[in-house]
Amino acid sequence: MAEIKIDCINKTCPVPLVETRKALRKALKGDVVEVRGTHRSSKKEIPMAVKSMGLELLSVEEEGNVWSIRIRK
Amino acid sequence: MNKKATLIVHSGDLDKVMSAFVIGLGALSMGMEVSIYFTFWGLERLKKEMLDKAPLSRKGMFGLGRWMIRRKMKQAGVASLDKMLSDFVELGGKILACDMTMEIMGVNKEALRDDVISDYCGVGTYIKEAMESDITLFI
Repeated sequence: MAEIKIDCINKTCPVPLVETRKALRKALKGDVVEVRGTHRSSKKEIPMAVKSMGLELLSVEEEGNVWSIRIRK
Repeated sequence: MNKKATLIVHSGDLDKVMSAFVIGLGALSMGMEVSIYFTFWGLERLKKEMLDKAPLSRKGMFGLGRWMIRRKMKQAGVASLDKMLSDFVELGGKILACDMTMEIMGVNKEALRDDVISDYCGVGTYIKEAMESDITLFI
């Protein structure tokens, strides 16, 4: 199972959400996608998208002003 | 069946077309199906090389406003319209061109971005898609 990392630091709406979706589409079932970013609303909205697509949210963490979200497909 | 959003882009202004793409991309990212219909002034933006040439709906100041807003968008890390369009298509969004506008304005397929357009259609297709949609917007 692969681990895919996406960097969305300093990107704004809707880039983090879109890049997450693009990575999830390419990922295989069981792969983990980790996205890091600084856009405030995306920290709340990426978990909403994960839920509406029925995927598994593994963790939401924050260090300084950089958040990181891990999702399993 | 997936939830669906159907948008009409009637305006050809940069700020409005950008809003349409932001909403469309947001909906695709949330797992919805999305179709965007380009009609009237919106169809201008589907002409080759015309997407990023859009004027602003307000504060145009003969091109100065557009230059300023594009610079600010770049500073803020906002994607260009060209990037938004390619992401939209990559995520499975449908771009539809209004064939009635094409007739009125004398636009043929060769002048348009045929590579990204899924279909050329009329109001019937929009209504059919809108009936199946959870969100529909006119921009």
